[in-house]
Amino acid sequence: MNLLSKFKDPELCHNILGQIKQDIQGDFRFMEVCGTHTVSIFQSGIRTLLPGNIVHLSGPGCPVCVTHDREIAAYLSLSQKDVIIATFGDLMKVPGPGGKNLKLAQAEGARINIVYSAFDALNLAKENPDDKIVFLGVGFETTAPTVAVTIKLAKDQGVKNFSILSFHKLVPPALKALSADKDIRVDGLLLPGHVSTIIGLEPYLFLAEDYNMPAVIGGFEPLDILQSILIMIRQKNDGKAQVINNYKRAVSDLGNPRATKVMNEVFEPSDALWRGLGNIPGSGLAIRETFSEFDASLIYDQDLPEVDEIPGCKCGEVLKGLIAPDKCPLFGTRCTPAKPVGPCMVSTEGSCAAYHKYKI
Amino acid sequence: MCLAIPMEITSIEDNVAQVEVGGVKNEVRLDIIDEPAQVGDFVIVHAGFALRRLDRQEGLETLKLFQEGLGLELVK
Ligand code: SF4
Repeated sequence: MNLLSKFKDPELCHNILGQIKQDIQGDFRFMEVCGTHTVSIFQSGIRTLLPGNIVHLSGPGCPVCVTHDREIAAYLSLSQKDVIIATFGDLMKVPGPGGKNLKLAQAEGARINIVYSAFDALNLAKENPDDKIVFLGVGFETTAPTVAVTIKLAKDQGVKNFSILSFHKLVPPALKALSADKDIRVDGLLLPGHVSTIIGLEPYLFLAEDYNMPAVIGGFEPLDILQSILIMIRQKNDGKAQVINNYKRAVSDLGNPRATKVMNEVFEPSDALWRGLGNIPGSGLAIRETFSEFDASLIYDQDLPEVDEIPGCKCGEVLKGLIAPDKCPLFGTRCTPAKPVGPCMVSTEGSCAAYHKYKI
Repeated sequence: MCLAIPMEITSIEDNVAQVEVGGVKNEVRLDIIDEPAQVGDFVIVHAGFALRRLDRQEGLETLKLFQEGLGLELVK
């Protein structure tokens, strides 16, 4: 039996859907905070199957979308220095101040290479010993350990021409900021499966304890998602929030200790800027002093430039679930996946981009 | 960019595994996976690294619960 295809089984899905329809009382607004959930919910057609009183919100779960204008400005500024930038392709089109992005910088002569992993960026450094390679570190707990282990490998191998400008972000502090925000009406949080693979269950427990917020770690197949929604609805009905691991085949309650160990060895928590959410204490990852020789912010004295916000972009409100993407006046007119004005329209997992692709 | 997908390991050499899903082949590093992976295992792949082995037994049990119509698997 193919295990994965079973998690798409239409009959099982309809069974759960039936239970959802039976159990739901009034409106239910749930937010997911993972780009893979965003895509999966649209792609599988779950959105159209769910009863109308279930509202799906895509929160700040796409690392590209939450990258702040000032961080993009820092990346752009770095690209003007005597370095080769190595980056995930998704960052290329993210607009910074004045609509400028890395793609444009590249066209104007900046040396920018797209890589598939931090490790590939390290290889690039080894292949080009006379150049200085800087990898743009973005991503959540899923990505940060891959970057951390690469920094350790670079240190072990004595690579001198490699560094990282780290704007990695941590999910639980952002969920805390969201839960504490009085404007946000969310009845349940679908927790990010892959981030949870790394951090496990414990970092989320405060959601139930402090905010009485139903929260479920969910997988990405239709069955996983529907089941997670059902659990959240039942928790809301009972008035008793819990944090549930509903993705046990991929998430151990303890997470992946090997990955968190290397992440904590190389990085330490720092304050970080999130687009739309602003500064969130302890939500970023800075390179520890022991690895400072790989910290591009020190090597190139790269600060966060002050910038003006992108006029008209409502990404911040979209990420907080306050408005649906199509309520942004620029949606689908001035802002499209081909020519994004704001970051939520850039990567396929962005709320606005997913909405645009599957709704229109 | 935070997309991560399960892929099947077809061979392993040192810290690097060849993986495949639906005809798409890739190479991933095993530096941060928490338990030794073997050929035939499905691993969750993200940005060039395997994050974790998918637990087939847990998967089967979750499915069994669905199929028996019990629905909920509440832990903790
Ligand atoms: S549609 Fe474009 S401009 Fe509007 S919120 Fe989304 S990304 Fe920003």
